[in-house]
Amino acid sequence: MVRLISSLHMTETFIPTVPTAIAVAGLAKTYGEADKPVHAVAGIDFSVPAGSVTALLGGNGAGKTTTIAMLLGLLKPSAGSIHILDTDMLRDRHHVLPRLNFSSPYVDLPHRLTVRQNLMVFAGLYAVSQASRRIEQLAEELNFATLLDRPAGALSAGQKTRVALAKALINQPDVLLLDEPTASLDPDTADWVRSLLEKYRAERGATILLASHNMSEVERLCDQVLMMKQGRIVDRGTAPDLVAKYGRQNLEQVFLDIARGQGKAAELEGLSA
Amino acid sequence: MMRDISCSLQRIFAMLRRHWYLLSGSWTRVVELIYWPAVQMIMWGFLTQFLAAKTSYVAQAFGVFLAGMMLWDSMFRVQLGVAISFLEEMWSRNLGNLFVSPLRPGEFAASVLLMGLLRTLVGMVPVSFMAWWFFDFSVYAMGLALAGFFFSLIMFGWAIGISVCGLIMRHGLGAESAAWGAMFLILPVAAVYYPVAVLPGWLQVIAWSLPPAYVFEGMRALLVDGVFRQDLLLGAFALNLLYLALGFWAFQAFFEAARRRGQLLGQGE
Repeated sequence: MVRLISSLHMTETFIPTVPTAIAVAGLAKTYGEADKPVHAVAGIDFSVPAGSVTALLGGNGAGKTTTIAMLLGLLKPSAGSIHILDTDMLRDRHHVLPRLNFSSPYVDLPHRLTVRQNLMVFAGLYAVSQASRRIEQLAEELNFATLLDRPAGALSAGQKTRVALAKALINQPDVLLLDEPTASLDPDTADWVRSLLEKYRAERGATILLASHNMSEVERLCDQVLMMKQGRIVDRGTAPDLVAKYGRQNLEQVFLDIARGQGKAAELEGLSA
Repeated sequence: MMRDISCSLQRIFAMLRRHWYLLSGSWTRVVELIYWPAVQMIMWGFLTQFLAAKTSYVAQAFGVFLAGMMLWDSMFRVQLGVAISFLEEMWSRNLGNLFVSPLRPGEFAASVLLMGLLRTLVGMVPVSFMAWWFFDFSVYAMGLALAGFFFSLIMFGWAIGISVCGLIMRHGLGAESAAWGAMFLILPVAAVYYPVAVLPGWLQVIAWSLPPAYVFEGMRALLVDGVFRQDLLLGAFALNLLYLALGFWAFQAFFEAARRRGQLLGQGE
């Protein structure tokens, strides 16, 4: 973990280093024919320090979900490398999958099984010991104890999100990948989910990578923001740094500048071109 | 090594648990497993009774059609059971959750194969006793040979079932009808109700390249002539190993193709 400077009698310079939880280099995904390629992700590089929260921001089709799917191994990259917790995901992903988990609104839990049954199945897949107790604990923490014996298909959007989060946390993952974790939630439930993620990260020291369209969520949760557009990372930094760099009031305005190629974003694009 | 095997078994068991929850929570699903084989058995039973009074061949070996029907249906049901168990994951858009968990494709395949067998037993065992009760025909009279015939057909049903799963994973729910139709492609050359010898020469070549022809010829040899043809059973098992290997290879190849095309995320109704 973090190297700490513990001695007052140092004679050499210690640089505190934080290990990298996720390291991505030259990652690309191309679809279509060779003469008409579509670059969903066009060679991106980034790293996520252990214990931090990083956001992938971008408009629809920017490549966020594709990037997360490649990190998880659901999608095979056309090029590049992915290392998570020092494991080469393209070769040995099954070694690290027990320490990962994810949640996405595009992936459901079986509707006909009850919430408890669904979680029991995933507890088995992740080899969670004392599964029943863990499920009860999650149900308490995520406030769905009364829903445990209800079919997953009978839940509201907000309830489904909480249950999906319980599934994502069932193995107490060291790395959590979340695709739009608060999509279609009312502001109260969304705020509640964000608090839960903050608590989990603080207690567990987990690394979180999330794709989001919600700027206030990103400003609140994230240590690092990766701005994506047309499959590329066009800028990165902390939310306050990006706001200052683009001379804007908040991250939403930065997002709009980048998405529309206007303001400071147009200047920067011009420089990079 | 032992720990790997133990974890692997635990994951397969978790998948079996998932399907058990589904089956045990829906009596209509259980009834459906028995309903179609029962209807078929009753229809073939009465046809056999009618033909037994008219032809010496059927009179001599009363159960030849009933046994053929029950063995064919076992093979079809196991293939269908494998495909349905897989389709349940597609219908519920659950593949993404499963394949980011530590579950490996081979473990997933093993779980749907076992579910196919379980669903077949749930359907066919009661039907075999119904045949005994209604028509005084016990398929169990074939003794140990029945186990050989049954498992040989189960293996072939597995091979086709797992290939169909791969096909649907790669091509999406548009290929769903393959789950119900794939096995009927080989019905004319499977020699279920007539010997391979009645087929034209070129179709006989195809028939002998498929395990069911060996099994059903072996079944007729036992029921009509009272001879157990070990050579036919061994031929069927040898071919089954080949087809199972091809089935797993196809599943893995389709799985990798689906991963390349991003079809594991968000497939569903």
